[in-house]
Amino acid sequence: MTYAVTHFTPLTYLRRARLLPVAGRVQVRQGQRVVATDVIASADLNNEHVFIDVRRALHLARTEQAEALIEYKVGEKLQAGDIIAQTGGLFKRIVRAPVDGIVVAISKGQVTLEVPKTPFDLLAGLEGTVMEVIPERGAILETHGALVQGIWGNGKINQGVLLPLAESPEDALTVDRLDVSMRGGVVLAGTCSSAEAIKAAGDLPLRGLILGSMTADLIPLAMDAPCPIILTDGFGLMGMNTQAFRILATNAKRDVCLNACKYDPFVGERPEVVIPLPAQGKAAAEVSELKPGLSVRLLGAPYHGKIGTFLELLPGLTELSNHLRVPAARVRLENEMLVTVPVMNLDVLE
Amino acid sequence: MPTSVVDVETILAVDLGSVYTRVALFDVVNGQYHFIASASAPTTVNAPYRDVTESVHVALDQLTVITGRKFVDEEHRLILPSQSDNSGVDRLVVTYSCGPELRIVVAGLLSDVSLESARHLVETLFGRVVEAIGLNDRRRSEAQLDAVIKARPDLIILAGGTEGGASRSIAKLVELLIMVCRLLPQDKRPAVLYAGNQVLAAKVKEVLSKWTTTYTTLNIRPTIDDEDLEPARTTLNQVIGNIRMRQVGGLEQLAAFSSVAPLPFSYAFGRMIRFIGKVSESSKGVLGIDLGAGHTLFTAVEGEKQYLKMLSLGMGGGITNLLNNSPLESVMQWLPVHVAPEVVRDYLWNKSLYPSTIPVTQESLAIEQAAARQVLRLATQELMADYPGFYPAFEPIVVSGSMFSHTSNAAQALLLLLDGVQPVGISTVILDPYHLLASLGAIAQVNAIAAVQLLESNAFLNLGTIICPVSTAKYGTPILRVRVEYEKGSPNQLEVRQGSLVSLPLQPFHTANVHLEALHHSEIDPLFGKRSGSFKIVGGVCGAVIDARGRPLVLPKDAARRRELIKKWRAVLGG
Repeated sequence: MTYAVTHFTPLTYLRRARLLPVAGRVQVRQGQRVVATDVIASADLNNEHVFIDVRRALHLARTEQAEALIEYKVGEKLQAGDIIAQTGGLFKRIVRAPVDGIVVAISKGQVTLEVPKTPFDLLAGLEGTVMEVIPERGAILETHGALVQGIWGNGKINQGVLLPLAESPEDALTVDRLDVSMRGGVVLAGTCSSAEAIKAAGDLPLRGLILGSMTADLIPLAMDAPCPIILTDGFGLMGMNTQAFRILATNAKRDVCLNACKYDPFVGERPEVVIPLPAQGKAAAEVSELKPGLSVRLLGAPYHGKIGTFLELLPGLTELSNHLRVPAARVRLENEMLVTVPVMNLDVLE
Repeated sequence: MPTSVVDVETILAVDLGSVYTRVALFDVVNGQYHFIASASAPTTVNAPYRDVTESVHVALDQLTVITGRKFVDEEHRLILPSQSDNSGVDRLVVTYSCGPELRIVVAGLLSDVSLESARHLVETLFGRVVEAIGLNDRRRSEAQLDAVIKARPDLIILAGGTEGGASRSIAKLVELLIMVCRLLPQDKRPAVLYAGNQVLAAKVKEVLSKWTTTYTTLNIRPTIDDEDLEPARTTLNQVIGNIRMRQVGGLEQLAAFSSVAPLPFSYAFGRMIRFIGKVSESSKGVLGIDLGAGHTLFTAVEGEKQYLKMLSLGMGGGITNLLNNSPLESVMQWLPVHVAPEVVRDYLWNKSLYPSTIPVTQESLAIEQAAARQVLRLATQELMADYPGFYPAFEPIVVSGSMFSHTSNAAQALLLLLDGVQPVGISTVILDPYHLLASLGAIAQVNAIAAVQLLESNAFLNLGTIICPVSTAKYGTPILRVRVEYEKGSPNQLEVRQGSLVSLPLQPFHTANVHLEALHHSEIDPLFGKRSGSFKIVGGVCGAVIDARGRPLVLPKDAARRRELIKKWRAVLGG
């Protein structure tokens, strides 16, 4: 069988669809270069509506009478104070628009206005080229560069220069290691358990934070942080897996794009760190057979985040130290240690 | 004597779970239907696959290895019907619980009447109420409209109006729904299920069908005091099925081969528990529990009434709801070993990120089992809150889910149930180790004989008889005098003290007569107020167990003493 692949790759070709959930306005053109914070498309997701009961306001008996007096059609814009409908005569009654809006429906003597609010902006999330525009929905972007996929993100997007603070994958981020020279940068650290450090990242402000792991008590704080925060491995103090760390650490001082979106397994959208590079990469496989020699990351204690090489699937069921009997695999860790782990705890890498 | 079967059929059941896809084969052996084998594979509902047939094929390949039978042809199509070379199957049934959680808006008249019933209806499936609109809603109509649009529902359930009752208020809600549809593009319009005043049903369907797919069903609140969800649940299955066919890649393909339309897991599971309730000789109700990755399903049947609730609590993605709604101590209290709180918290959050991972160490297994106990506690408490005065007294109790079947031994599964649900009275605990119950619920629709025979087959595991007296006596006070007469050997007499857990050695399938006499105002079975009596009990893999630890079970506050006690209880049952 095949397994979904997680990508920690120093050079690849990436193609990402950035699409609105509803129809909207695309703001880029084919061939255009974009950076992570550029708006690809906008939509009026947050618009509000106002009902204007013309029949009642004009004291009319029938809705047909009211609709005959309405001076606008569906789709027409109007401004606050514009006359929507009026009766004739000496003592005429007038219905005016209470706010600026667009007529979206006229029904049963009632006008429905849509009141524009701040539109939802869909950001590019990476630096690249617009390959294809999808009318009213968004665009397909592509780029070449390094890719590190995360497992948790705080929903923000930004781009900045990568500043590796960590010297090793387990190196912890503490508040005293952050200073103003890092302002506008994207800091790389192994792990974080300090609320002060997360606050400081937002206060400086940093343009992003890439961590291997973070203690789960910091989730609310991280969600509120203004800069994107991406975890590559999960919650706890295990730090970053060596494969992701190596890729990121060797790209110090380069511009990195952080799309710290929430991981949505159904759609396949996951947090990503993309480092655009002036080289041509090949598209990475989305799924892979579990073949000997394949690079895997182990999930779950006690090996969470350890990188190894898949050796073989063990026949039948294997009894673990806790006496559970499960399909298992043999893996050689980077330190040459051989371990037996449940197949379900393998994350296939490319 | 084997029962003859009129239509001998080989049946393949596919259950599409959020983590695993399971396939199970049933066939006739010596004139009786038997469970032959099962296999599983990680469900491929998610990206990059987005097609469940991939995991079905992998699971079927495994089933071929196990059984030596071929199920698909050279072009990977299911062989239907079975062939003379023993390949293929005659029937396929499909159940599912995978896919994104359904977003549902409920609309009705009174918040504590029709809206409440609509909420109860939603609670029977893998869905979440994302917005509620009712008469008591103080928001302006525009705000209600915006709220519904913003909620991005897959489905709107419109309830309200007792039979022959209010119609103007319903008309107003229908107008609101029309406006919602008018403002949304066609492909984003939610389906509508009308389950209100039947006088208006035809009109509501006529009006709303112009805008969106509209279904009608019987009134879920025919009178102010009566709730009747059953007819609506059947219609709701069709509605959900149609939504899922669009969302879940490959489901429509499977449906084309399936003998009946694929059924939601909760519905099929509930149907089988109802069926067990009918065939059970006990006058007590039946309780069925499925502890899944995303959700926990609790269903209880008492006579004609069925309580069914899908709770957004689970051992995978559903664990975040446990962490967000329960203090960590509520999980920690069940740990038999010391583990730092931050380790427990981080472990469980990681489990929500990687729901398919399997605990490798004793510590990680202990954390998951502790969380499972708290999930079961919360689910039981919710059941008791919904039905004040309710006692968790059932016969039998049927449990399913990986947390019960993936344990180091059967005793751990039984203790998980005793700690989490804290049942009272005398009951038999049955484990569904192969996750077959929902599949049998689907099979029952096409081959009732098969479902009946499979229920009595080797597919289920009797964990044991549990005797759980209720007493207010002080810790250490004798509360039960017990005399056990085995089929062979000398009888055993003992006195059970409050706070103790006692294992009665009784081989599986062996019977014993148990004479019980409650002491110090204790009760053997509070449902019937029984204080003494003789019972015939059947041994399970854990023998029989007397749980006199108290209801509710209060754990010592001192952590060291609590852990020692938990270890002692595990040792008593051999876990």
